[in-house]
Amino acid sequence: MSQDKLEFLERSREFWNPKKTQDWQDMGVDLVIDRREGYYLFDMDGLRLIDVHLNGGTYNLGHRHPELVEVLKVGAERFDMGNHHFPALARTALAEALAACAPSPDMKFTAYGSGGGEAIDIAIKTARHATQRRKIVSIFNAYHGHTGLAVKTGDERFSKIFLSEDREGEFVQVPFNDLAAMEEALRGNDAAAVIIETIPATYGFPMPEEGYLPAVKSLCDKYGALFIADEVQTGLMRTGELWGITKYGVEPDILVTGKGISGGMYPIACVQIRERCGGWLRQDGFAHMSTMGGAELGCVVAMKVLEIVQRPEVRAMVRFNSDFLRAGLDLIKSAYADFFAGIRQHGVIMGLEFDHPEGAKPVMKHLYANGVWAIFSTLDPRVLQFKPGLLLTQADAEDLLRRVEIAVDLARDEVKGKRRRAA
Amino acid sequence: MSGRINNLVDISQSPAALRGRADIVLENAKWASHVFQRFDREATMRVVDAVARTAHDGAARYAELAVEESGFGVVAHKRIKNEMTAMPLVDYYRDDDYVNPRISENLKIVEIPRPAGVVFALTPSTNPISTLNYKIVLAMMTRNAIVISPHPAVRHCCVEAANSLAAAATAAGAPASSIQVLAEPSIPLVNEFMRSPKTSVILATGGSAMVRAAYASSNPAIGVGPGNAPVFVDSSADFEKAAARIVESKSFDNSVLCTNESVLITVPEADSRLRRALGSRGGHLCSDEETGLLRRFLFHASGFNVEAIGRDASWIANQAGIRVPRSAKILIAPIARIGVEEDLSREKLCPVLAYHVAKNRTQAISQSRAVLRLAGAGHTAAVHASDEQTAFDFARAVESYRVVVNAPCSQGAAGFGTNLAPTFTVGTGYFGRSSVGDNIGPQHLVHWTKLAYNSDRSEKFGDFRGVAARFDGPLPQAPEDGVPGRTRNDSPPGGGIAQSGIDREELRRIIAEELRAVLKG
Ligand SMILES: Cc1ncc(COP(=O)(O)O)c(C=O)c1O
Repeated sequence: MSQDKLEFLERSREFWNPKKTQDWQDMGVDLVIDRREGYYLFDMDGLRLIDVHLNGGTYNLGHRHPELVEVLKVGAERFDMGNHHFPALARTALAEALAACAPSPDMKFTAYGSGGGEAIDIAIKTARHATQRRKIVSIFNAYHGHTGLAVKTGDERFSKIFLSEDREGEFVQVPFNDLAAMEEALRGNDAAAVIIETIPATYGFPMPEEGYLPAVKSLCDKYGALFIADEVQTGLMRTGELWGITKYGVEPDILVTGKGISGGMYPIACVQIRERCGGWLRQDGFAHMSTMGGAELGCVVAMKVLEIVQRPEVRAMVRFNSDFLRAGLDLIKSAYADFFAGIRQHGVIMGLEFDHPEGAKPVMKHLYANGVWAIFSTLDPRVLQFKPGLLLTQADAEDLLRRVEIAVDLARDEVKGKRRRAA
Repeated sequence: MSGRINNLVDISQSPAALRGRADIVLENAKWASHVFQRFDREATMRVVDAVARTAHDGAARYAELAVEESGFGVVAHKRIKNEMTAMPLVDYYRDDDYVNPRISENLKIVEIPRPAGVVFALTPSTNPISTLNYKIVLAMMTRNAIVISPHPAVRHCCVEAANSLAAAATAAGAPASSIQVLAEPSIPLVNEFMRSPKTSVILATGGSAMVRAAYASSNPAIGVGPGNAPVFVDSSADFEKAAARIVESKSFDNSVLCTNESVLITVPEADSRLRRALGSRGGHLCSDEETGLLRRFLFHASGFNVEAIGRDASWIANQAGIRVPRSAKILIAPIARIGVEEDLSREKLCPVLAYHVAKNRTQAISQSRAVLRLAGAGHTAAVHASDEQTAFDFARAVESYRVVVNAPCSQGAAGFGTNLAPTFTVGTGYFGRSSVGDNIGPQHLVHWTKLAYNSDRSEKFGDFRGVAARFDGPLPQAPEDGVPGRTRNDSPPGGGIAQSGIDREELRRIIAEELRAVLKG
């Protein structure tokens, strides 16, 4: 490590976040991201990494996508964040654009947050207003962000520490893919909403069983709860369809998009709301306010993101990437079958499972040492989140596979012990 | 999304947007070519035949649409060209194999075909569909992906035709995006495609500016210069036949093939008989005054009058203010000089033929060289003669890489009616500032990796007949876990491990043993 980096990490410990800074060093990842371009990250010491973390899809289109940089530059000659009290050109234009490609027919309204968590809070508040109920059902180990309400839908690790866990019994969690438990939670006719990530990312992408999501939607309808689809990670064409939930045949009542919609260039998150669920927008439009929510420059970028991801060529790229990477990963998996245990996949959303309670961590470490950045699943560290970009090139996809095989081999030896090679 | 929304901040014409557009189309093509290269010959030819069949079926329709959209050419002739560039083109190359390795026992060399990858193909307004068919067929035969950039004046019919071929290709198993077409081929956008490092080779047929831009792009390019074919009718020629062929060629699709005869050169002994023969076949011989009118109509200060391209003889005569019989198929304009001072000795993509009588054979050849010096170097020339020495002397003198003998030149130089390779891209070679001097064919879209053994006799050459070719075919479709009918979540239940205890080497050993058993049995 360079002297510069050592000194920088010291300052990071001192002024920013001592524990987080140190944790990465302990996991063998001394990454300090400096330059970034396309799907490449460059560590401040120069190491190049192919980014398959993408910050959960934030860099779906790559880092600093030239068209997004351009639209932000040109946009800045006319717009700034705007004044959130007033009707605004860009905010309305984006809302219109989102309505035009919404996953449900009458999903007309869009409310804005400046980040995913805030948008989730808006979604929950919207559902509570619409149903006049308080209870929110989510999935065990779900992750919807760390703002006031969102944090209560998830693992207590993140709320208790701040004395912010739910103590009223308003936030109920059920296991994923367990319809009986879901029905149990809804049976009391007192739930405002089920909030669910189409494919739970931070939990390592366990895949919804066939029929699970539509059945949850039916249960919502039966017991008067709204279905909030968290598409922060699964949206924007990552499944080969604009919204992942569409692939499962569900028309949600509320949809939250974040991360990728910002293009990684200007913070923004959106809550799309079916007309009949958006009552508060008619009753008291000032009820939720956020100075930076829906900043107009963010809207300008988001519109470009929506336009780009809907190009027919992007769909074709996702297909090529998911087929090609899967074929390659299948080969690696069969060569390291005692360690590389499974692949979960929908489009370019992938989870690689390893046969060790924390198996994804050594894989992450060796990938890092071999020029790939992918992150383990916080809530299921057996699983490596493998999230290639929509526009990954053939050359990079092939290089990625080459590096994955090297890293899996090294990680396997580390976890299972060196095996005797055939003479 | 409505235009209004996009226009809030419009960057569509910015270099970033144009580059982005080129990049994504070309990267798709790269993916397609990567997958295509996994195809074996049978799978490849299935695609080729499907494309050719569809091109054949669309020949008449697109001939009509092209004439309608461009406003010139002859539907019946365009149809013939569209058909020729479909099934007969495939048949011409059917026995050539661009997919399997070639083994040369005596040279101890194995050659493995390596497709170019992504072909960026410019197609002209003059022969829009035939050039498009031809380039797509060539690309498919060689397992390349192709992006067609049609001339803007005919883009509607080209986009439709290319899309129909693309659909046929994918239906026959070709990777998606193997054939793409630009719907809005603006010059800045086309430049981005030509400049992109993702373009493997540019196949440029069109105006000089475009061809030069292709060569200036820094990418490998096969571009062809303009034509301006001299046709020498020697005193040893059969004048009746020569006249019939020349009129047929000049009136074919109203001379929009760049291989059409531009300047007829003959000798005094042949002059009067040739004029008569041409006259009786539908050639209208212009008076000096008529020639002057034609010259003024066809050539402006800025160059050839594009209005006249591909128009028929009576339309041109009418516009120029000349009265000709309805039977006139071509207009023949006698000229006394050849060179910069005589515009009519330049390229004319219309049924107007300049006519010059040289003093003798030697001067005729020198005048023919002058025609090509003016324009059309490396492209095409023709000779009508029964004396082979004359034909030979003419051919070795003119700066052209094809000299058509006793045949209509429009068709003959393009390989129709001669045994030259059928083509819609005529390589103008070094004379014509191009990289290839042949009629462009599939062989130009593949390079070969040569596996070269030690030539020493004591070193044995391998037996490659039994070596696996490794054609993996199309990529299997990845699962979409949880989507009905599309699931393949192979995670072991409860996190357990499949085949635990068996390691890789062990597995390989078992598989190898099983294989041996099967082979023995
Ligand atoms: C599925 C999901 N929802 C919500 C969020 C919260 O988004 P933000 O970090 O922008 O608040 C995240 C962030 O990781 C997420 O992955």
